Amino acid sequence: MSQLLDLIPTIPVAEGAEIVMDWLTDTFAGLFGVIKESGKFSMEFVTDFLVSIPPFLFILIIGVLAFFATKRKFGLAIFSIVGLLFIYNQGLWEELMNTITLVLFASILAVIIGIPLGILMSKSKMAEATIQPILDFMQTMPGFVYLIPSVAFFGIGVVPGVFASIIFALPPVVRFTNLGIRQVPKELVEAADSYGSTGWQKLYKVELPIARSTIMAGVNQTVLLSLSMVVIASMIGAPGIGRNVLSALQQANVGNGFVAGLSLVILAIIFDRLTQSFNKKHD
Amino acid sequence: MEKIKIENVTKIFGKHVNSALKLVEQNKNKTEILKQSGATIGVNNANFTVNDGEIFVIMGLSGSGKSTLVRLLNRLIEPTSGNIYIDGDNISKMNKQQLIKVRREKMSMVFQNFGLFPQRTVLANTEYGLEIRGIPKEERRLKAEKALDNAGLLPYKDQYPSQLSGGMQQRVGLARALANDPDILLMDEAFSALDPLIRKDMQDELLDLQQKMQKTIIFITHDLNEALRIGDRIALMKDGEIIQIGTGEEILTNPANDYVKTFLEDVDRSKVLTVENAMIRPISINIDIDGPKVALQRMREEEVSVVLAVNKTREFKGYITAEDALQASKTGEINLVNYLRTDMPTVAKEMYIQDVLSIISDSKTPVAVVQERKLVGVLIRGVVIETLSASVENEGVSDYVPAT
Ligand SMILES: Nc1ncnc2c1ncn2[C@@H]1O[C@H](COP(=O)(O)OP(=O)(O)OP(=O)(O)O)[C@@H](O)[C@H]1O
Ligand SMILES: [Mg+2]
Repeated sequence: MSQLLDLIPTIPVAEGAEIVMDWLTDTFAGLFGVIKESGKFSMEFVTDFLVSIPPFLFILIIGVLAFFATKRKFGLAIFSIVGLLFIYNQGLWEELMNTITLVLFASILAVIIGIPLGILMSKSKMAEATIQPILDFMQTMPGFVYLIPSVAFFGIGVVPGVFASIIFALPPVVRFTNLGIRQVPKELVEAADSYGSTGWQKLYKVELPIARSTIMAGVNQTVLLSLSMVVIASMIGAPGIGRNVLSALQQANVGNGFVAGLSLVILAIIFDRLTQSFNKKHD
Repeated sequence: MEKIKIENVTKIFGKHVNSALKLVEQNKNKTEILKQSGATIGVNNANFTVNDGEIFVIMGLSGSGKSTLVRLLNRLIEPTSGNIYIDGDNISKMNKQQLIKVRREKMSMVFQNFGLFPQRTVLANTEYGLEIRGIPKEERRLKAEKALDNAGLLPYKDQYPSQLSGGMQQRVGLARALANDPDILLMDEAFSALDPLIRKDMQDELLDLQQKMQKTIIFITHDLNEALRIGDRIALMKDGEIIQIGTGEEILTNPANDYVKTFLEDVDRSKVLTVENAMIRPISINIDIDGPKVALQRMREEEVSVVLAVNKTREFKGYITAEDALQASKTGEINLVNYLRTDMPTVAKEMYIQDVLSIISDSKTPVAVVQERKLVGVLIRGVVIETLSASVENEGVSDYVPAT
């Protein structure tokens, strides 16, 4: 039986994928170059700006932001201040800023791409049927795999890191936007229609405001997923704390690995609580 | 004058619409069509006209197609075939722009669960129709505030819907519809989610309003009493078909067929007047807190000589007479517990009026309506008699429904 199976030659899927990639890389080389250069330029600009802020001031701003975002509670504010001081103390400040830039770019771009996609899905059965399996595919594919096309398109550095992070972090915001809009009660959609709303009016006056907290839950997950790509992205040369984790791994240096890992956890908690509190604020 | 005209309108849900449509043309009924084609009939070949300024009630059991029919009028649901005319214009042939214009200017809808936007204040909800028409901010605010004022809700304009009671929310729903100043109001079971006392108030308000404004109102309900109370004409639906159209009187005295008869009987047997239909809001004081001054004040304010007494959790405790309260006040007491009288009869709100009539006539006091020991209403002889005679007058039901 197995001999019979062996008679079937290996189907050249890998070769096929390679051909497609080569074609894309060749055809859009110019475009990718422009994206890479402008992406790199703007990200370095943001990082430089962040680094130029005195650390003390930066920590204070985050503390105040956390205080007000959590309805004037001290918990998150104190945690943020202590956590950031710790990262500074460990000499990881510049790496931290690089990581923040990477996460910000990846998640903002993912949200900019993801929300319209989610809206499209919620409005069209066909779009939903097409996009849904792609999202499933994207979410089950290990994050590492995205590094390959990223490198092919953009070489190494921070831009391919962001690119891979966007792909990895995109699905939740798309899914939650779709879900949030589809969950708007039927009667409210009917109310909007019966008063003669146009499609756009219905969308931004009724559906998006009602779906807002669901969409924000998706945004929160997207931010955290892009943060979790930091280490992986550093394998292709993206700067930041991820690189410290990676080199600790390569040198089997438990101590450094622990510090860098802990810093990422602190950052994750701050991002998570902050995005969540933006969601709750207006309820 | 003819405002709305429905001509051979059919709505079929599901697949195989065309084969189902052929069956409709052969006058097949809903069950046959479902069996033969697998499609569900929402509305089966409906024909009727509604006159300007009329309250046209559509009545029928659950699933009979009432909601579908009303949604065909503003094309929230697309008709499968047939024509719908409003002021002579064929709605079913309109393009998107024209349809939006009609929806904005000619008709507004009121929903069973109010359909208020939760993230908008009462005022912003009321402004919605005007806002999407692009009416300037100042002007739409004035109009919306006026509509809210008419509904007695202006003080609540900055609240959110979730902060209001059901009755108030539906008043906002109605104010939102009226702020647009439409010719036609579509009301899909607009009062069904409200409790009986408030529901009655809302019916009265609608009738008052209709006297002032003369809108054309399509009102959906599955409650015969409500239909009789507010409808100029009533259409009865079954399985997507309109079985009979006529005034309440016509339908009651001359049911078109056995179905209508059983429907009326059915409705009637369960809806024979209960205590709930005749009770009014109790005037009460909290015996644990309120003293003679408060009791007297309440009586003066409401012009009654007896107040009912409840405790903190609204459990019924008894009643206080004006003489007793006056006495207590003179002797300087601050508590009325010693003056509490407990000889007031109590009944449950589900009981039939005819079963409690003797209690009411034997009692020297009003009769308390109590549910799980809590006071929910009160029966006063005058009101009960009025309710009974009113129902005999406009229902005449007992004439042909065999007493059970
Ligand atoms: N979107 C839909 N898809 C398929 N079938 C539907 C749809 N909407 C309604 N129907 C069917 O059409 C028929 C009429 O439904 P409709 O909602 O108009 O009844 P109704 O008289 O308003 O009932 P209720 O008193 O329960 O509100 C029912 O058999 C229902 O199952
Ligand atoms: Mg209905």
